[in-house]
Amino acid sequence: MDVLTTWFHDLMAGNAIFTAQTIGYYWDGLVTTTQLVFLSLVIGLVLAVPLAIGRSSDRRWISLPIYVYTYVFRGTPLLIQLYIIYYGVVFFDGIQETFLWPMLREAFYPALIAFTLNTAAYTTEIFRGAIKATARGEIEAARAYGMSDSLMMRRIILPSAFRRALPAYGNEVIFMLHASAIASVVTLMDLTGAARFIYARYYAPFEAFLFVAAIYLCLTFAILYFFRWLEKRLLAHLRPQS
Amino acid sequence: MLDLHGYGPRLLEGAGVTLQLAVLSLALAILLGLATASARMSRGWLLQRLATLYTTVIRGVPDLVLMMLLFFGGQMALNVITDALYDRFGVDWYVNLNAFAAGVITIGFIFGAYMGETFRGAFMAVDAGQIEAGKAYGMSPWLVFRRIRFPQMMRHALPGISNNWMVLLKTTALVSVIGLSDMVRVAAEASRATHEPFTFLLPVAAAYLLIASVSEWLFAWLQKRYNIGFGGH
Amino acid sequence: MAETPIPLEVRNIKKRFGDTEVLKGLSLSAHKGDVITLIGASGSGKSTFLRCMNLLEQPDEGDLIVHGEEVRFRQTRHGREPADWKQVVRMRAKLSMVFQGFNLWAHMTLLENIIEAPVHVLGKPKKEAIEQARALLERVGLTARADAYPAQMSGGQQQRGAIARALAMDPEVMLFDEPTSALDPELVGDVLKVMHELAEEGRTMIVVTHEMSFARDVSSQVIYLHQGLVEEAGAPDQVLGNPQSPRLKQFLAPKY
Repeated sequence: MDVLTTWFHDLMAGNAIFTAQTIGYYWDGLVTTTQLVFLSLVIGLVLAVPLAIGRSSDRRWISLPIYVYTYVFRGTPLLIQLYIIYYGVVFFDGIQETFLWPMLREAFYPALIAFTLNTAAYTTEIFRGAIKATARGEIEAARAYGMSDSLMMRRIILPSAFRRALPAYGNEVIFMLHASAIASVVTLMDLTGAARFIYARYYAPFEAFLFVAAIYLCLTFAILYFFRWLEKRLLAHLRPQS
Repeated sequence: MLDLHGYGPRLLEGAGVTLQLAVLSLALAILLGLATASARMSRGWLLQRLATLYTTVIRGVPDLVLMMLLFFGGQMALNVITDALYDRFGVDWYVNLNAFAAGVITIGFIFGAYMGETFRGAFMAVDAGQIEAGKAYGMSPWLVFRRIRFPQMMRHALPGISNNWMVLLKTTALVSVIGLSDMVRVAAEASRATHEPFTFLLPVAAAYLLIASVSEWLFAWLQKRYNIGFGGH
Repeated sequence: MAETPIPLEVRNIKKRFGDTEVLKGLSLSAHKGDVITLIGASGSGKSTFLRCMNLLEQPDEGDLIVHGEEVRFRQTRHGREPADWKQVVRMRAKLSMVFQGFNLWAHMTLLENIIEAPVHVLGKPKKEAIEQARALLERVGLTARADAYPAQMSGGQQQRGAIARALAMDPEVMLFDEPTSALDPELVGDVLKVMHELAEEGRTMIVVTHEMSFARDVSSQVIYLHQGLVEEAGAPDQVLGNPQSPRLKQFLAPKY
């Protein structure tokens, strides 16, 4: 143990950049990034399920507005969406008088809203694709057994669609993690924000950005392996038995 | 009518920057992608490993972090070199890393990794018999590549290229962060100066949608061309 | 009179895939005008043998002499390889192959398929190649399909087109790898007819086939392979009419 502590001390003494203080910045950044990504993914997911069902509807007055929403949010850069919400939120009449204002004034909530709307749009399309790919035979079987549309959606279509959507959704999670780096543009001290701060303070681009790149890489792999594990468990029934 | 407070010309210029940046990055990404795919399919152990490392690392790190690493780090590396040149040889040569060039290189470099995967899949999808027929008729490897492998691969690669292009186009917005005056940066500046964010940001968002729609149409046309002879899927 | 070199000679070809030796030392010489048919059960190595002749498979041992020129090999980490790929390219241009699965290039019209190798490999002027291609298309009865893509043609048309593509190379030897096996029964006749005519005009051909009537009527020599070795070889009346080995007898016996 002593050896380890001395080694750590030597390491810390040997460079001016990776001090306990800067490590603290990175840690805070990691917390902010995790909160931001996790919250937007969860809320986005909750929004995406009904949106995907609506998007798959035959009634155009339901599916069309949802299509316009996903088209716009998937077709424009997230940075623009973030700017519009960050700079634009002030202009909603009376918002400054509401209890929400202290929250919205901070960059965190506009970023959270932008990320949530963005990931909900992508997730909606992922689910829609999975719903559309439901085998016709399964639907016919459900009809033949007298299931109503909503029962069929709940019991047959959605459970199999979720599983089919899993690989694409895993990619979306990684995409969101990477996209969250732009939160630093609106002054948020997420992981990338911490790296930018340390770069500016010490003028040490390689140390600041390589270190943070390594953290992102580890997070990416963690997500990747988590989804692989999940796929293995949930998609086991689709693999041919050896 | 939309009052752009005199920012109109700069916004147009910014749109030009966005488009040039996107097209040049795409060209670089395609070249790098072809090289990476070839390396991954080659028999050289080192080449395979290097290409795999490149695709894995690039796809594991946010674009913005890579961009700042290359831009700020690249400038520092250049400074070290030019300082050394001055100290050792008295050469007074200072280079400022051009933000546009840095943008093209970074985005090209990032999407080269994605293109590499696209091309690898597409090359593997070409029917082996088609290649064999080329070999059997005395074609050199290069001729087989140029006349058979490449045109047939493109049919499988186009959907992926199109997809990568759509993402790449949106990624160009990030160069505004390293100081390049693309349309996003101009719009953000104008928003702050005039306190009218929607006036500037919404048209820019519409411009992205327009470019995306036009390219979708272009890719559909290209796909039709490369599908010739394949029963028109 | 100067002796003209033999179009194709192979000696003692051996080939293994992993632990199984599929060719255990096969030799053959194709003189001008010979039609050699290779027959045998599936897995006997007949297709692999044919593919070794133009080096689509690399033989582990043995010599290959095309029109008097011996192919040079060298030993590498990955096994034996041709020492000079330019030589291989030159040699392949003299042997044109007709595949079981046709392998017409899917992104080119039939006419483009036929002129492709003459123009880009042999360096023939395009105009000349097109004229020749049209003549060949007429021979195989496909004049009307010159501008069709392979996917738009029937299997029989594709295979006749592939034969025209092979002829356009003015090959020393034509290699046929089960040319009728992928065809519907009613389309086999047209392809065999074209091959019959080629034999009659003195083309040197090596044919892997299951069509015993073709072997009997057209070939000058029949080789029966069993597990990578020549079990019986000779004139067709002898090999097919009076088989000696019990295996060949069984192979030739009616299957019903």
